[in-house]
Amino acid sequence: MTAPVLEVQGLTVRLPAGADRPNAVENVSFSVAPGEIVCVVGESGSGKSVTAHAIMGLLPPKQLTVAAGHVLLDGDDLLTKSPGEMRRIRGDRIAMIFQEPMTALNPVMKVGDQIAEVLDIHTDLSDADRRARVLDVMKAVRLPEPERMIDAYPHQLSGGQRQRIMIAAALVLDPVLLIADEPTTALDVTTQAQILKLIKELRERRNTGVLFITHDFGVVAEIAHRVVVMQHGRVVEQGTTADVLRRPRHDYTRMLIRSVPSLSPPARAPITEAPIVLQTAKLTKTYVSGGFFAQRRVVEAAKDVNLSVRRGETLGVVGESGSGKSTVARCIARLIDPSEGAILIEGADVAKLSARALRPHRKRVQIVFQDPYRSLNPRRTVGDAIIEGPVNFGMSQGDAVARAKNLMRLVGLDGEALARFPHQFSGGQRQRICIARALAMDPEILVADEPVSALDVSVQAQVLELLDDVRKRFNLAVLFITHDLRVAAQVCDRIAVMHKGEVVEEGTTASVFAAPKHDYTRALFDSAPGRNFEFGKFET
Amino acid sequence: MSVEPTTLAARAASPAPKGGRSGALARDAGIIFGAFVILFMVAIALTAPWLGTKDPTEINPTLRNRTPGYEQTIRQDDGSTRTFTYRMGTDSLGRDIYSRVVYGARISLIIGATVAIFSIAIGLVIGLVSGYIRWLDAIVMRLMDGLMAIPAILLAIALVSLFRAGLLSVIVAIIVPEIPRVVRLVRSIVLSVRTEPYVEAAICAGTSTPALLARHILPNTIPALIVQGTFICANAILIEAILSFLGIGIPPDTPTWGNIMAEGRGLFRLYPHNIFFPGICLALTVLAVNVLGDGLRDRLDPKLARRV
Repeated sequence: MTAPVLEVQGLTVRLPAGADRPNAVENVSFSVAPGEIVCVVGESGSGKSVTAHAIMGLLPPKQLTVAAGHVLLDGDDLLTKSPGEMRRIRGDRIAMIFQEPMTALNPVMKVGDQIAEVLDIHTDLSDADRRARVLDVMKAVRLPEPERMIDAYPHQLSGGQRQRIMIAAALVLDPVLLIADEPTTALDVTTQAQILKLIKELRERRNTGVLFITHDFGVVAEIAHRVVVMQHGRVVEQGTTADVLRRPRHDYTRMLIRSVPSLSPPARAPITEAPIVLQTAKLTKTYVSGGFFAQRRVVEAAKDVNLSVRRGETLGVVGESGSGKSTVARCIARLIDPSEGAILIEGADVAKLSARALRPHRKRVQIVFQDPYRSLNPRRTVGDAIIEGPVNFGMSQGDAVARAKNLMRLVGLDGEALARFPHQFSGGQRQRICIARALAMDPEILVADEPVSALDVSVQAQVLELLDDVRKRFNLAVLFITHDLRVAAQVCDRIAVMHKGEVVEEGTTASVFAAPKHDYTRALFDSAPGRNFEFGKFET
Repeated sequence: MSVEPTTLAARAASPAPKGGRSGALARDAGIIFGAFVILFMVAIALTAPWLGTKDPTEINPTLRNRTPGYEQTIRQDDGSTRTFTYRMGTDSLGRDIYSRVVYGARISLIIGATVAIFSIAIGLVIGLVSGYIRWLDAIVMRLMDGLMAIPAILLAIALVSLFRAGLLSVIVAIIVPEIPRVVRLVRSIVLSVRTEPYVEAAICAGTSTPALLARHILPNTIPALIVQGTFICANAILIEAILSFLGIGIPPDTPTWGNIMAEGRGLFRLYPHNIFFPGICLALTVLAVNVLGDGLRDRLDPKLARRV
């Protein structure tokens, strides 16, 4: 075996006093060989990002300090370098790409200039040579029409294209090591698949070592040669991908892998008898911008959407960002006004009702949002949040509090915790509180807008279980909005696939997953990372 | 999901919210200095009659333009004598500058406080309504743009000349141009908060619009408004002084810092004390209010601190 390009030995990063643990990262050791992709996988707070930043020498000074260990790049210890020396190494020999392609690029600089900036700092190339190098690397990352795109600004490019620009800027000097910190988390699955393919291709061609940080086991199965599993700042297990995924030795790894929802839907009895509670007919939402001076632009966020959900049934609305799935959810909850069409709740059309006439219908549709950190008012106790709705509809304070206590227990939290504030709960607990808040209204329809997308995979499984449990217990009609096919496969009875504002395919989960009819659905399924890998089937 | 090391560290660095916040406040020198000076000025204003002052409007033609420290011997009815020291000298009408400066603090502070409170209260209501009710927004904001287009001092002059010069008209004249600034601030906060999921959840819970504004949206504006309030207060004190200095503010017999300076303007080269003492008080107070505002801004609204 060749000498590793990166070797981390006993790395310990200290947290400031008063944190929940003394070290952000403790005694972490692993290595990356040339041309190898090593995935560091772990849940939030596991210290995987801190590790990456420590290697790059990008830890926030005075807050996080390296207490022990070595970071060897080709045998050279990076931790002993001065800031000036590190600056020369970064970009030249190590490069990093970040999670958020939208904010990692400077919006007022042409993308070509941003790639050229790296060359400007590290080399003495002439302007013409520099431009040629930039064009070369843009071709290498498969950007369409590099000659035109080199002079584009970031806002003119899509998310995937921006991430390609980031990768181009990282690779332009042929670094020996590429650190990718969740580079595809903010991207749609189809784009993610392309970026993953690109990274695989590039490391083959250039023999770059890649340290890939992710929380997604699908991505791990897709690209990793070796896997490092982290928990609470420590490495709990590392080995080849096949070993770790097939024969995990540590309980935590087993638990993580078992929590990954399977892509094959379980058998479900179709619900055909129960009455239809929610139905949309030709629901359309158009946004018109401009007017007076600006050019009029019409955007059809949702177009002729026909959906129906029976009592006790979960309908999944699946699509990528911009497909209009959230628009539909928000129209049904009447958070935005639909432009055309009807929304029938038990036969009554609520699409065009005025605010006053709508009020009695409000309690029948409740919504659970994606971001548990923003869906509870940080200044009010969780008790206040849960009783707000019932009290609005005339329930007495005492009754509402008693009910809130019961609901807290129902969602698996302490009934006495009502007086606490949201920041005292974890993300998963907050999502449980949001579910309790929705249930407090005694709704008939629950709209869940990406309810588990912001949660760690182990917490995700618990929240999904809870949602399924309350659906059965209260016989709710659930409209489940998600971009995650794995989640959809596990919780939905039927699935509607949305693309560019339209429903392109609809059917029972089993039939859609077994034989997708529409081209887009097929493309979507082909992009799911780790689709050929059955998680949780361990060999001994 | 990954946690950025910076946020991890920030979360770790901030201990229990309550104790930590007041501890951090106490550590902040700007807030202590500002609060101390302002409290000192308030104390002076409240206890003015007992601070060795005399009637600030009393004219004494025999003692005009005396320099600071001049001692007057007063012969009383029973034949005994006592001395009165003019610590800051007298003006061209023989009035005691010290008494006028001390009493003048009252006017300045009253104006600073009332203008801050009323402009914030009015601006808050208009801002909330215009930020939340979309169709009203365009109308209200164009009105506010109109108000903002008129220079503040010019508007104040127009208002004062329209009505009688006096404390009330000066206060109104300063409040009106301040309102649009508060409205814009409040509106911008409302626009960003109204799309927060917790606000939408409250809409789904059937919360009425007034309750929604009061419970979920208004509390978000408080930190920014406290900070804005201190700046308005400092600005109001200055504008009052400017109006008085120009002779269009509060009637010249009422002691205000601006009036005292206006009075001393003519003989400034010979008797600088007429302008020096009220000027120092004015500068110190405005500085203190501004420093306090800066300190509060850094504590309550770290995002604003980085932007401004």
